[in-house]
Amino acid sequence: MLKRSFGKTKYIPVPQDALPYRPAKPGQAVCPQCTSGISEEEMQENFKVCPFCRHHFPMNAHERLSWIAEAGSFEEWDTGLSSYNPLEFPGYDEKLADAREKTGLQEAIITGVARVQGYQVVLGIMDSRFLMGSMGSVVGEKISRAIEKAMELGCPFITFAVAGGARMQEGMLSLMQMAKTSAALERFHKRGLLYISVMTHPTVGGVPASFAGLGDIIIGEPGALIGFTGPRVIEQTLGQRLPERFQRAEFQLEHGMLDLVVDRAELPAVIGQILRLHLGGNHG
Amino acid sequence: MVKRQFDYEDKYENIQDKIKELVELSGSLDFDLSGEIKVLESKLQAIRDQKYQNLTPWEKILLARNPERPTTIQYLDNICDEWIELHGDRLYGDDHAVVGGIGAFNGMPVTVIGHQRGKDTNENIKRNFGMPHPEGYRKVHRLLVQAEKFGRPILTFIDTQGAYPGAGAEERGQPVAIAQDLMLLSGLSVPIISTVIGEGGSGGALALGVCDRLIMLSNSVFSVASAETCASILAKDANQAEGMAGALRLTAFDLKDLDIVDEIVPEPIGGAHTDPQETIARVKEAIARNLYEVMEKGGNLPEQRYQRLRSIGRYNIK
Repeated sequence: MLKRSFGKTKYIPVPQDALPYRPAKPGQAVCPQCTSGISEEEMQENFKVCPFCRHHFPMNAHERLSWIAEAGSFEEWDTGLSSYNPLEFPGYDEKLADAREKTGLQEAIITGVARVQGYQVVLGIMDSRFLMGSMGSVVGEKISRAIEKAMELGCPFITFAVAGGARMQEGMLSLMQMAKTSAALERFHKRGLLYISVMTHPTVGGVPASFAGLGDIIIGEPGALIGFTGPRVIEQTLGQRLPERFQRAEFQLEHGMLDLVVDRAELPAVIGQILRLHLGGNHG
Repeated sequence: MVKRQFDYEDKYENIQDKIKELVELSGSLDFDLSGEIKVLESKLQAIRDQKYQNLTPWEKILLARNPERPTTIQYLDNICDEWIELHGDRLYGDDHAVVGGIGAFNGMPVTVIGHQRGKDTNENIKRNFGMPHPEGYRKVHRLLVQAEKFGRPILTFIDTQGAYPGAGAEERGQPVAIAQDLMLLSGLSVPIISTVIGEGGSGGALALGVCDRLIMLSNSVFSVASAETCASILAKDANQAEGMAGALRLTAFDLKDLDIVDEIVPEPIGGAHTDPQETIARVKEAIARNLYEVMEKGGNLPEQRYQRLRSIGRYNIK
């Protein structure tokens, strides 16, 4: 017991030692970080994490859903909400049509209720393939509705954010979604409910500066770029190069913005532990 | 090359000078041109009035950025019977790009907060061009909590291109600092009246703009990001900012159509800076009227504020 109290807490769980480098064979995916070759099966087994260097590949919304939620437990909400071009912004209709066709999604987020680690939770999962995961009217509305429904159900809310910023093509209607989602969370927090925000690569602009920045617990995926202003704009402002790992999840952990940085292989268990510590259950 | 200056006033002054020359000439030559000169003057005035009623969005951006425009401190000095500035976030530092404190507004104590830019280079360096760091947003947070404790209504003034896009701001948690202001403002029980007095840019402006009534000056703008930023991201060319300014629908009149703005305060012909006293008097009148309306109506302000925000957004429902 005494030893446990004084023991050093490891705050970044590292699930396994990375395997040594292995050159890519034809037809294999190549890791952009270590250039190892990864087979399709290895990709699936490792939840799209490079088994050689632990580089986290992007996961789309449905891949993430099947990884985090118990099979068949997800009930999707508000599938009928879709964006149009309220400002008649040049090129926006085409971009929306293109994104819908390429992704099969209506918008950059899916929301609904599911079972995660044995608990009922409300989920919001963003998808970067849909206009960079930008937040416009529909993303803001779906998040606000999900928060309100989580309050009705009295259950935790978990988001997986991936965002390039506000949806510029919807102008101020997009910016105001920051205020709307933050206001919804104000009520949610006053009800004493738990919100876990997971920021994945990249989460920048209006999303971390609104709902994703307001988690009781904020978790970063390893290597994720997290910040308000993207590094390219900062470099333009400063007129100098930034350090390579600037604004990465590990940097943000060190600077006090994140509670944890958790490898994808460990995250379901860590979320399970947080849910258990809030909602009760077998503490082992 | 995109024009960076609002050059209309230069041309106007040019013609004014020519008319003055004509007056002098006609005097020295013993010609009576006074009738013609009067016609010229009234024609010029009519053209000028016409011009200012039909400014393009880009011209409004340039006017909104005019360094001579009255700033937050000028408003506070003139709309408050008295006010005292309070400094610092109690955590890291005092951000001069945001000012705040306690004032007396028509005899009633209020908390006042606004972005503060400079009018010249030296002042702009001190004020960081009105672009706050996280400590600025945390000072705001502290003053908001204080306002709630003492039941003081809150008046905010928006005048920033955006939160500062620098390395230090990121190291100290810029996004979370902004998010926490947005959330806090939405739940306060005291009335909040916000006024856009110049340029409102992005989340760094919105952090002072969650309110019961949003007022905009007629030449002010409020945008999801600056026209230059949108042009460089969407069109990959910052020089297309002028066209982007129209597409973004960022003028006070556009935002009234989108139900985001409650009231537009007309500026004098030529812009707020041509008659600061008159502009500030009009803003004071609008703030007073809106504040007293909100106070008289009463009820559950956080609930009303939430419903107001909840209704913003445009989408299809199947």
